[in-house]
This record gives sequence, C-alpha cells and structure tokens, in this order.
Amino acid sequence: MLTIKILGSGCENCKRLAWLAERAVEHLGVEAQVVKVTDYAEMMQYNIMSTPGLVVNEKLVSAGKLPSEAQIATWLTDALQAA
Amino acid sequence: MTTLPAPSSSLSTRRLTLIVALCAVAWVAAYNLIQPLADWISYSALNLPQDSRLGEALAFFLYDVPKILLLLSGMVFLISIVRSFFSPERTRALLGGKREGVGNVLAALLGIVTPFCSCSAVPLFIGFVEAGIPLGVTFSFLIAAPTINEVAIVMLLGLFGVKVAGLYIASGLSIAILAGWIIGRLKMERFVEDFVWKVQRSGQAVEEKLTWGQRITQAATSVKEIVGKVWLYVVVGIAIGAGIHGYVPESALVSIMGKQSWWSVPAAVLLGIPLYSNAAGMIPIVSALLEKGASLGTALAFMMSVIGLSLPEAVILRRVLKLPLLITFFSVIAIAIMLTGFLFNWIL
Repeated sequence: MLTIKILGSGCENCKRLAWLAERAVEHLGVEAQVVKVTDYAEMMQYNIMSTPGLVVNEKLVSAGKLPSEAQIATWLTDALQAA
Repeated sequence: MTTLPAPSSSLSTRRLTLIVALCAVAWVAAYNLIQPLADWISYSALNLPQDSRLGEALAFFLYDVPKILLLLSGMVFLISIVRSFFSPERTRALLGGKREGVGNVLAALLGIVTPFCSCSAVPLFIGFVEAGIPLGVTFSFLIAAPTINEVAIVMLLGLFGVKVAGLYIASGLSIAILAGWIIGRLKMERFVEDFVWKVQRSGQAVEEKLTWGQRITQAATSVKEIVGKVWLYVVVGIAIGAGIHGYVPESALVSIMGKQSWWSVPAAVLLGIPLYSNAAGMIPIVSALLEKGASLGTALAFMMSVIGLSLPEAVILRRVLKLPLLITFFSVIAIAIMLTGFLFNWIL
C-alpha cells in the first residue's frame, strides 16, 4: 500500500498533479492512497520550496513542476520495490 | 541532497538539436517577413491609402502582433534554458550565510534567473527564512522575482527598445535591493507568522541532474504554457494600442500624463495595482500612450506597479506575514516605484 501526498495550496498545477498521480495509480493497478496536503506547516516538513510537490511513502520525489505520468509511475514502482 | 537518476528522454539529443536549429531558421525567416507582409496586406491587398488612419492602425497591428508573439516564443525559450540551471534550492544555498547588503544585491540578481511562480511564494519564503537567510534579503528576492519577468522584458524590448527595457530592469533591481534592505533595517521579524519559525524540515530536498534534451523539452513546454496564457492579452492590448496610434492626436496626453503634472506618478501607481496579471496587455497600450505625450517616468512607474504590486500575491503572503509587515512590504515597494517615476521624469 502506497501513500502519495500532493503538496500544494490548491493551485492549478497541484490539481493537475493529483489527477496525474491518480491516473498513474489506476494504470499500474496498485493500491494507493492519494492525500492532498494544503497546510503550509505540514508541507514544509518535506523541505519543499516550490509547489506542487509529490511525496511517495514520505519521500519527496518532485518539486515545483509537473512530471509526466510515466515518470510518476516509475517513482511508484521504485517505492513499491523499496518497501 | 539526493540525486535522482535522469529519466531517459524519448527523443535523442541529436534529433532535438536538429529540431531546435530548424525552428531557429524558421523563426528568423518569419521575423524578417512580418514588416513587408503587414504593409502588403494593409496597403496593397486592402488598398488602404498610405497615410490613412485606418491603414496606419492596421499596419501597426499586423506588424506588432506577430513580432511580439515571435519574440515572446524565442525569448521565453532562451530564458527557460538559462533558468533550467537554477532552482529555488540552489538559490537558497547560494544566499545562505551572506551578510545583508551583499545578500540583498545577490538575492535581487538571483530573483531574475530563478524559476518562480507566485503560487510558490509561501514555501519559498518559509524555506529561505528557516535556512537563516535574513528577512530583508528574502524580500529582495521576492520583489525582484515577479517584477523582472520574461514576459515583461520581451514586451518592453519589442515595443520600447533596448533603452527602456534596460531602464526597467535596472530600476526593478534597485527597488528590490533598496526595499529589501530597508525592510531588513526595520527589524520586523516579530511580524512573521509564528508557525514559520517553528517549521522543522526533516526530509531531503530534491535536486535533479538534467540532460540537455530535458532542458530543451522543458523550455518548449514553458513556451507553450506562457504564450498560451498571454497571447490573447497581447492581441487585445496591441489592438487598443493600434487604435490609439492611429486615432489619438499627437501630444493629446501631455497635460494629464506629461512631466508637468506631478500627481500623474502616484495616480499611475495606484491605477496599476488592480490591473495585475494584465501586464502583457497593458504594455502595448502604454507604448502607444508614450507616443502621444505621456512621460517615460510615469509610464515606467505604471508598468512596474502593474507587474510588481499584485493583490493576489499579497493575499498569498498574508499566510506568513502579519498585517503590519505585509503593509510595510507593499508601501515600501509602492514608494520606491513612485520615486523611480519621479526620478526618470526629472532626468529624462
């Protein structure tokens, strides 16, 4: 079971990232929980300086940009193997 | 910092280089064709007389729209390539441990090249402050980054020329350095929201190694994104500008926007605040007003206020700044912009 967190204040790119992450999860057919983190204090724990941020199993993998769905899928598979 | 492995790019670097070279050739060809084409459509195809108002306005519009859109695509591409070598994380590392003064200058300069979106202003602010970067230095960055942006620079270059674009950048930098330094002197740390000082970062920042292929692909994406966002404003702004160019009599604006009326500078700054995000549309209009007798200082103050003083950003920053600091931040920039306006009206 993966925990995916989308860090961002609700900007357009944050919503797009959440949508991409959900799609990646669906296409991979893995079990995952996608959580949106909008509280700045909580967001900053991940040492992020530009939004949107993507956290997979408590590890920050991307910040300040919109990665491709394929790239997200790679991070998810890596996290599954590491777990 | 962890280094992520670079994902393999779908296009080979050689093919990408070829595509970029072809685009550059097409770009130069198109750029040189605009003027004859605009004249041909207005004066030959539509057969409008050379000195008619409509002909002049149309030729102006047909020349400026493709010129600005081409310049915008080309420059945004180049600037994005430069920016791919910078990141907020790297800027924070460069600013760490710098004294005020030197730090303010460096922060303002880095503000130009670091990728920045006002939606990330809060995490960036917290990241800087929490890393021990002085408040004033942080503000120098937060003023320079949105004010001196690629869209504004391109529009100024294309419509006003190198001199005004240079003056704009120089004033933007000076305002960022000076305003940041003043805010630093005011010792307003207690007006930063308390939670900011308590943030504990535990995770590691991401740092990516990019290949040239990725830099080029990313730059192309930002061209699509930025041009897609502003083109309509550009077209509408140039249309209004073309109307002014063709129909408003010469020196009609000397009395209201000329050097003699001192109040035009503060009025221009106030008027600029609610016009945020319309910079791409405002600049062509200002360029036409300048032709009709508005003074350069007033015009510069107006554009800086449109671009640099944004209410949405103030709302975002309210999350980390208590009201007295937020008001000080805005007032210091507004006063600095007005002084710049007066200065240029006086010396030019």
